[in-house]
Amino acid sequence: MSAQDCCEEPCRHFPEDAWRPEAPLLAVRGVSKSWGARIGCADVSFELWPGEVIGIVGESGSGKSTLLNCLAGHLAPDVGEILFDMRGAGLVDMRRMAEPERRRLARTDWAFVHQNPRDGLRMGVSAGGNVGERLMAVGARHYAAIRGQALDWLDRVEIAADRIDDRPASFSGGMQQRLQIARNLVTGPRLVFMDEPTGGLDVSVQARLLDLMRGLVRGMGLSAIVVTHDLAVVRLLADRLIVMKGGRVVEAGLTDQVLDDPQHAYTQLLVSSVLQV
Amino acid sequence: MTETDQYNFAYLDEHTKRMIRRALLKALAIPGYQVPFASREMPMPYGWGTGGVQVTASVLTPNDSLKVIDQGADDTTNAVSIRRFFQKTAGVSTTTRTTEASVIQTRHRIPEDPLREGQILVYQVPIPEPLRFLEPRETETRKMHALEEYGLMHVKLYEDIARHGEIATAYAYPVKVEGRYVMDPSPIPKFDNPKMEMAAIQLFGAGREQRIYAVPPHTRVVSLDFEDHPFEARKGGLSCALCGSEESYLDEVIVDDAGGRMFVCSDTDHCEGRRSQACTEAEG
Amino acid sequence: MIEIEGVAKRFTLHNQGGAVIEVLREATLSVAPGECVALTGASGAGKSTLMRMVYGNYLAHAGRIVVGGVDLVRAAPFEVVALRRRTLGYVSQFLRVVPRVPTRAVVAEPLLALGWPGERARERAEALLARLNIPAPLWELSPTTFSGGEQQRVNIARGFAHDYPALLLDEPTASLDPVNREVVLSLIEAAKARGAAILGIFHDAEARARVCDREVDVSDFASGAG
Repeated sequence: MSAQDCCEEPCRHFPEDAWRPEAPLLAVRGVSKSWGARIGCADVSFELWPGEVIGIVGESGSGKSTLLNCLAGHLAPDVGEILFDMRGAGLVDMRRMAEPERRRLARTDWAFVHQNPRDGLRMGVSAGGNVGERLMAVGARHYAAIRGQALDWLDRVEIAADRIDDRPASFSGGMQQRLQIARNLVTGPRLVFMDEPTGGLDVSVQARLLDLMRGLVRGMGLSAIVVTHDLAVVRLLADRLIVMKGGRVVEAGLTDQVLDDPQHAYTQLLVSSVLQV
Repeated sequence: MTETDQYNFAYLDEHTKRMIRRALLKALAIPGYQVPFASREMPMPYGWGTGGVQVTASVLTPNDSLKVIDQGADDTTNAVSIRRFFQKTAGVSTTTRTTEASVIQTRHRIPEDPLREGQILVYQVPIPEPLRFLEPRETETRKMHALEEYGLMHVKLYEDIARHGEIATAYAYPVKVEGRYVMDPSPIPKFDNPKMEMAAIQLFGAGREQRIYAVPPHTRVVSLDFEDHPFEARKGGLSCALCGSEESYLDEVIVDDAGGRMFVCSDTDHCEGRRSQACTEAEG
Repeated sequence: MIEIEGVAKRFTLHNQGGAVIEVLREATLSVAPGECVALTGASGAGKSTLMRMVYGNYLAHAGRIVVGGVDLVRAAPFEVVALRRRTLGYVSQFLRVVPRVPTRAVVAEPLLALGWPGERARERAEALLARLNIPAPLWELSPTTFSGGEQQRVNIARGFAHDYPALLLDEPTASLDPVNREVVLSLIEAAKARGAAILGIFHDAEARARVCDREVDVSDFASGAG
């Protein structure tokens, strides 16, 4: 499946007559997290609008993963608010949300794609079971229907139908990562967190995965936050870019503007350090 | 001094029994919920039914009549030694008759004859956590029980169908108790699952894992399944070579070196009962 | 349609001793619907820089750049994204190739982003590719391996897929043979005829004379030019 096929239905982002949504999907206000004297991330604020993809870039230790883990509820920020637009309830502070609700959110409206597919897959369960788990978690109890959806999703991530009963351990790294994406997107989440989704993959495999993610993100009108140190990844996927250094946001803006006309010294260094092929 | 006098009644000290009884009461109050308890060292290895023995020791009274079965049989090593253990330490009467027993300790079977109110069935449990197969973290499985996140149980059944074309789990088939907790019924054949909605009290003890759980009388026990792959408690269409029963659960027995085999009731008491009844009828 | 007023641009190179390069100052011009304006000036005068600021790709440090009612100097990123989707097209000098995406999909993408049905978007893309003489067997392939001229034509097809009310063209006829050059010029003429406001850089003087109504010398805005 290529980019054009999954764009068949009109894109959700910015529909014709009301392209500016009423409210952001996620609002981050003054989020800080530190371990003793060491700063994880400090005073981070931004808004993510429906259908938007934000890239967070920075070197190792810049706080981008800490921030992502705070946003996804894996870490509790020391201060700040993380507000999510709950269906029918408006913006709700995640820190005040009860755990059952947060966990339900994590397996329905949210998705988390780990850098290492082993962290995001059940390695002892078949590909079909991996994709079907989230469906079963929200109450799907019809085997044939679950399997049908699993097949559909394997096709969307370019995994052959005859691999549905194979365990991911027998898959290549790129296939595992594509399976992880299918497993996460099957419930039609509204917000996807991605932590270095192409890290650890061969360059040729990265390109295929990126193209695939781009098609899915654009086609489904997904909102996503992608953490990466790879500028090529954000150039392809992200509408907007947040550049972090030492736990703080040093620059933010439209992706191509930040990459082509970087203002902050660190961003200029980052952009000029990319090897030209 | 008789042998019985050398031990406290039923081997365990009264404080331990009180602790276990408290766990049992809690377990009965929250059907299917695994209650942690401080499992004691018993004079037998883990895996030989230490959990069941501790539960039996805690519910036993001097007037009880005890039956012990292993895979449905009263005469296997495990059943015989546990029965002797309680004869020696509690001096209670023992029986092999399901109908006459007030307490029945079992491994891997539920007796064929329906149990009645007032009887207690004690199960020996090796692994009490039904979610363990897919989620090894105890902290996580506890949370999943607490929040009723049971989708993973169906992943296990999905895997069965994907691999074997049907739900191939034939024993320790997971059940949902009173619409709330998902529970491992211990390694009984799924054939026995429907019997779990019974009049007797069912107590489950896992010694090594230090967990106790229970199903009170007349509690709803539903085997998990898919809409298009419903639960079936079926067995092969064979009948017992000894008593001719077509309804009971059968064991395969190899009878000679040439690979000759026969199928007989796994519940030895049930089988004997049917045979003696047939004799009586023939004589009468 | 395109209003540029008092725009200034300088680059600060933090990693090269904080050198500051002033490129443009007080840049002011406007393009009306149906009009094509050429930016001229010596190489390095800031033609491309100005174009990129109009597209929101470079930040302006002063002034206003209003396209279709949106001031790009102050617009939030999502406003720029929406403006680019619907109002403002840009044919750059080089095609930025997304690996693996077939040529037909590259051209149809702007239409799909606007919600066109897949079939209609594909038909439109194929018509443009045919008009620009890209052989049909290549439509299924990624343009990654195409020649420079072929890539440029794919880029043009993509830029003309949607009828943008405002269009930026950076050397649209460079590296094209006479036949394809003629096709591109007629596409520009057709865009003008339907009322598009076009701002372009044309080194090809003949082409410039044919499609452009006015010329604006960017050197007039150079920081030294007083």
